[in-house]
Amino acid sequence: MSERHVTDVIIIGAGPCGLFTVFELGLLDLKCHLVDILDRPGGQCAELYPEKPIYDIPAYPVISGQDLTDRLMEQIEPFNPTFHFSQMASSIQKSDNGNWELTTDFDTVLEAPVIVIAAGGGSFMPKKPPIPNLENFEGESVFYAVRQMDAFKDHDLVIAGGGDSALDWTLNLQPLVKSLTLVHRRDDFRAHPDSVNKMRALVDAGKINLVIGNINEVTGEGSQISSLNVKTKDQGDITLNCSRFLAFYGLTMKLGPVAEFGLNLHENLIPVDTEKFQTSEPGIFAVGDINHYPGKLKLILSGFHEAALMAQEAFRIIHPDKKLRFQYTTSSSDLQKKLGVKDDEKAA
Amino acid sequence: MKIHVTDQDGQKHDLDAIEGWQVMEIIRDYGLLIKAECGGSCCCATCHVYVDDAWLDKLYDMRDDEDDMLDETFDREDNSRLSCQLIMSEELDGLTLTLAESAKP
Repeated sequence: MSERHVTDVIIIGAGPCGLFTVFELGLLDLKCHLVDILDRPGGQCAELYPEKPIYDIPAYPVISGQDLTDRLMEQIEPFNPTFHFSQMASSIQKSDNGNWELTTDFDTVLEAPVIVIAAGGGSFMPKKPPIPNLENFEGESVFYAVRQMDAFKDHDLVIAGGGDSALDWTLNLQPLVKSLTLVHRRDDFRAHPDSVNKMRALVDAGKINLVIGNINEVTGEGSQISSLNVKTKDQGDITLNCSRFLAFYGLTMKLGPVAEFGLNLHENLIPVDTEKFQTSEPGIFAVGDINHYPGKLKLILSGFHEAALMAQEAFRIIHPDKKLRFQYTTSSSDLQKKLGVKDDEKAA
Repeated sequence: MKIHVTDQDGQKHDLDAIEGWQVMEIIRDYGLLIKAECGGSCCCATCHVYVDDAWLDKLYDMRDDEDDMLDETFDREDNSRLSCQLIMSEELDGLTLTLAESAKP
């Protein structure tokens, strides 16, 4: 699985600001690799509010989070960035040649002279239920995501949650496991209606067990789970014997490993200057919601502005001998060529 | 117009309220510990509050999306609401509530 790439700029976070950073760097011929813990671009716009309208994007009186993401992807397409999705940036270090090296939790190693942190409110991490001692079983018999379906084969599995993740995995894993119990707080599921219908059909056919209640206790030996206790309204406490437990209680944002990168922090934000948006480490920049400076406003448009200014300094670091010439996309045929503008699309 | 908020440490605060604002915004603007990570669009549950029983009937009923989101918290009670879905109005002058542990940043 281990991969290694050398590039101009590593961007942590593929939300709107990370994506627009690709554009600003691309105009200066700088290539980017992006790392994001989600499995798709868009960051908060994709995960929290894909359908919700945003009203303060310049020139768009209204645009949804998903549309904004799609437009940005279209805008940066000419620059052909490389995405490393479903991976978390876990550590950085300076390599012998003076470049930065970033390692992900999938052991992908990216090397570049410049890192841009565009991580917004941090990494989306699974919410963990407050069940005492649950952490003893995590990674061995208790999971918050499925990376390999085979890990659940022939097991007595309990899945908790009522959203799409819980229902999708209930349907996908059911044919593989020995037994499956779905536990949700109430008998009402916000997952896609089609998935809910399929799940109910499996319950009626006796292929899965549905329990309405709250899981409040776990037992087991070492890291191997053996049962869960569910508090129900109608039937009191129920013990579910199981050998695997998958919990899908939604995601929440945590700063995560970025806090351990050795950068100065200010209340979980990264202080930067307002000329280059550089952090306390030369060559490491921060743009968008994750940075802090006097007068900072957490607006998408602020992040776009920050990306444009940051890109100038990134160019100087990467090409210390080259002169940076500022050009406009409206008039520069050089920039238009990079953007793939065809001759017949140009203004007469 | 005021709202009365008990924070996660049990401290009581009287906040000046502004008509038309989300109660979450009033709490955040005052500087109390409220994460509100989705920014008030009913897409997370990190502005979770417990509304004093006397006020429950005066609130608009919750929509399904608020109900779903509250299910993602582990400290939901019968008087749980998302404060981004409570809009300040004259009728809510004096609204009394407590910040949930799960609303902490």
